[in-house]
Amino acid sequence: MAGEKGLRKYTWVCFFLLPSLSGLALFTLIPILASLGLTFHEWDLLTPPRFVGLGNFQRLIHDRNFWSALAHTLYFIVGYIPLVMVIALGVAVVLNQRIRGVILFRTALFIPVVSAWVAVALLWKWIFNPKFGIVNYLLGLIGIQGPAWLFDPQWAMPAIIITSVWKDIGFVMVMFLAGLQGIPIEYYEAAAIDGASGWRRFRHITLPLLSPTTFFALIISLINSFQVFDQVWIMTGGGPAGATSVLVEQIVKNAFSYSRMGYAATLSWVLFLLVFIATAFQMHLQKQWVTYD
Amino acid sequence: MIETVTGTKVQSVPGFFHLARLGFLYTILAVSALFMIVPFLWMLSTSLKADQYVLTMPPQFFPRPLTLRSYIRLAELFPIGRMFFNSLFVAILTTLGQLLSSSMAAYAFARMRFKGSGVLFLLYLATLMIPSQVTITPLFILMRHLGWINTYQGLILPGVFSAFGTFLLRQFFLTIPRELEEAALIDGASHWTVYWRIILPLGKPALATLGVFSFMGSWNAFLWPLFVVRDLELMTLPVGLATLHGRWLTQWNLVMAGTVITVLPMLAVYLLAQQYFVRGVVLSGIKG
Repeated sequence: MAGEKGLRKYTWVCFFLLPSLSGLALFTLIPILASLGLTFHEWDLLTPPRFVGLGNFQRLIHDRNFWSALAHTLYFIVGYIPLVMVIALGVAVVLNQRIRGVILFRTALFIPVVSAWVAVALLWKWIFNPKFGIVNYLLGLIGIQGPAWLFDPQWAMPAIIITSVWKDIGFVMVMFLAGLQGIPIEYYEAAAIDGASGWRRFRHITLPLLSPTTFFALIISLINSFQVFDQVWIMTGGGPAGATSVLVEQIVKNAFSYSRMGYAATLSWVLFLLVFIATAFQMHLQKQWVTYD
Repeated sequence: MIETVTGTKVQSVPGFFHLARLGFLYTILAVSALFMIVPFLWMLSTSLKADQYVLTMPPQFFPRPLTLRSYIRLAELFPIGRMFFNSLFVAILTTLGQLLSSSMAAYAFARMRFKGSGVLFLLYLATLMIPSQVTITPLFILMRHLGWINTYQGLILPGVFSAFGTFLLRQFFLTIPRELEEAALIDGASHWTVYWRIILPLGKPALATLGVFSFMGSWNAFLWPLFVVRDLELMTLPVGLATLHGRWLTQWNLVMAGTVITVLPMLAVYLLAQQYFVRGVVLSGIKG
């Protein structure tokens, strides 16, 4: 690059950056700024936008639907995260035992991850069908009368959580597996010579050395679960009686069904803030449990 | 259960315990694999049933008679073939566009020194933090202004430009040694030649990783197509499936036939390119 003339070099830089930069400006950057601007406006797309100052935020504070959507999103997160992390870790530990057929099992576990959420949600809606679904059939076999699941306000969210855990186990498991494979065998050999039991080795070698991976998986899962939407939209549409209404579903309904563009944008920024705070909080907590060599 | 972690240790365990341990591990694995696979088999089984055998109790696990009628009826009642084409067309163009625009920008960021590159790259990273829901409302308004609602460009273009893809490829391009391209540049090769002939071929693993994820992201996408497309003729499979389900609520054999058609192609891509999926998840936690 040494002998290149300045002007010619900059022409090349522009040439390489132009497609990406102009596309991102038009479809990401400008929409982000516009979205910020929208939070101070009311706009139904039929009449011109009206400046309302902090009106959208005032509406938010008094919006029962928002608070219940927030509560349901947190309910989802609290149910989903521990389940998916613990099961994925368990399966990853078993898969890491250097036994035959590991790749085959890994392949099987990952299949739900690559399947479209819409297809998976429809499949589980069918599986959870109160009268003809397999879940209630199996429960019936052991003498339990299964609930109406997606039609029962109390059981709809657990059903969505189970479905989401099922879809994402493979995803989290692959992260854990990579982390486990990065732990040097020597640690275990030394511990075995010292006579440490299996559980103690897991507790004092695997868990601490795996903690950076656990942290990474936790952050990714947390960000994704705040944005839970596809499965809810397909399986319950937020119902029954609003029992599974979540934040993104509220954004979509406000933008789509009620044509409240400003309010929808406001909700989306609140979502961003929540994700940001949760991530920052985890970053802060990590000092206490994540060990980097 | 984590009795022995290393292969070398296993041999020193007495035969019986070794077998018992293996049996235990395989039981866990088999149960979890079944838990993953059985729902898909149920999907397939339902789609192969005649109408009167769908809503039965106890459920019929092996369809008798086995019939493709629900697939045929689905094609008659619904433009499922057209939707399949839409999904494929949108996914392929999105992937190619993302690979090209991201790799070009990544080349500039990784291989050319210019004023402001640091700030510009930070801007790219900053947009990664903003969830897509933030931009979706203004994007929808923009599409209305451009008259792109119900068009292929409305479906495709917003997904083509990826800050994430640029980031991923830049990181990889930085690891490619500089000797080759320096020699080429001294010999008078243009930056395009270096990019096209040296960097892209050497960057294949990273391009493949980004490629499979952008294909999957596009093939499975629901939220954006739901916003931008209203006509059945322009719907991609996920939005089409949601509509199908809304219309034939209890015709589970039809709906499951639709899900099989949606899931199978992605499954094929996954089985062919499994290593790149694993790499992508491990490197960056992307989910498509």
